Amino acid sequence: MSTISTDICIIGAGPVGLFAVFEAGLLKMKCHVVDALPQVGGQLSEIYPKKPIYDIPGYPMVLAGDLVQNLMQQIEPFHPTFTLGERVEEIEKLEDGSFKLITTDKTEITCKVVVIAGGLGSFEPRKPAIENLENFEGGKGVAYMVKDPEFFRDKRIVLAGGGDSALDWAIYLADVAKELTLVHRGTTFRGAPESAAKVSSLAEEGHMKLLLKSNVTQVHGNGQLESVTISPDGAEGYQVEADYFIPLFGLVPKLGPLENWGLELEKSAIVVNTVDYSTNIPGVYAIGDINTYPGKLKLILCGFHEAALMAQSAYSIVYPDKKFVLKYTTVNGVPTM
Amino acid sequence: MQDEITLYVENEAGERIAVPAPTDMGLSLMEVLKANEFDILATCGGMALCATCHVELVQAPELPEASDDELYMLENLPNLREGSRLSCQIKITPDLDGTVIRLMADH
Repeated sequence: MSTISTDICIIGAGPVGLFAVFEAGLLKMKCHVVDALPQVGGQLSEIYPKKPIYDIPGYPMVLAGDLVQNLMQQIEPFHPTFTLGERVEEIEKLEDGSFKLITTDKTEITCKVVVIAGGLGSFEPRKPAIENLENFEGGKGVAYMVKDPEFFRDKRIVLAGGGDSALDWAIYLADVAKELTLVHRGTTFRGAPESAAKVSSLAEEGHMKLLLKSNVTQVHGNGQLESVTISPDGAEGYQVEADYFIPLFGLVPKLGPLENWGLELEKSAIVVNTVDYSTNIPGVYAIGDINTYPGKLKLILCGFHEAALMAQSAYSIVYPDKKFVLKYTTVNGVPTM
Repeated sequence: MQDEITLYVENEAGERIAVPAPTDMGLSLMEVLKANEFDILATCGGMALCATCHVELVQAPELPEASDDELYMLENLPNLREGSRLSCQIKITPDLDGTVIRLMADH
């Protein structure tokens, strides 16, 4: 466990979170940045590093990955610190008005201001609409990912899905499981063709069952999963004994733990005051794609503007005894801490 | 050329709500639905990455085929229907006049 103390803790290392470091740095506030992903850049690094962006002022065109690199260079003089690959799970307001944040790996961060720049939120497994599914979550027979394949050795497993993860795990678990069934709603697989071919041949050789045009529609058991109902298209469902049901339907963006932090939310976004992008919790701000307000535009450009106004407001919390003086970056040469 | 068409959003009760959509602004179906305050998150902003703008085309003209990115995302949806599409990937054109859709996104 490590402990970090800083002025501002920024949750989210996407472009808006990184630019918030710059705006805070101009006002002599020190930042620590936390992100659940193992690298900085958020969507820009994770999803579309090679896509061109056209609406960054001063750049007729910039590749997403290059924008992240430039932002890192721009904030370097302010020496921000980073905790990457960990997600902030808890936030606690302390008696003196500061905050204590705790991550998934138990890193503790104390700060005077929290800035949520979480973008899309974190990605969580997409769950099929099956009644009582949640009763079997948490080690009782329904899992949404395969962390340790050995856990499933000699078990009866039903996998559902038609994407790459469903195919990859079907191939791997065919050797490990006692019985393996892959249930797929369609007749073809969109995943890698070689994986689809391998699954077909494993099924033909009897190493697994492949049920196309079928869905898992019910789960059964008494505290622990015992069987699932598989329904072929347009036909009566039938029960199949199963120790584990693993639906693999991709990921969907969710707010994650911050849903429970007492923030005012509207349609999975944090409601903010456009004066300074503050939330309903004093000292907590939300900037970028994760916030909402009348007229909100989800543009990197708008997130940058929000970061600038946030920093001005945060200054009065970090330095309550100092009078804020707006500084232009052209006045004193290259800005430093 | 027709510069405004009418789309219909069918609710669970089968009622159809008329939605005017301009054809001369390069909008996607997702953008029109959001602008008319339908319950669509469109979290990824139109990059076929999140499926929170999933719709079912109940009645529609033949549309250009879905891209691999869109098909891959659709394939992952547990509630896929025959007419499923990501509304962010459908451009509003005059051909779409009278199209009927259902909102399918899981929230």
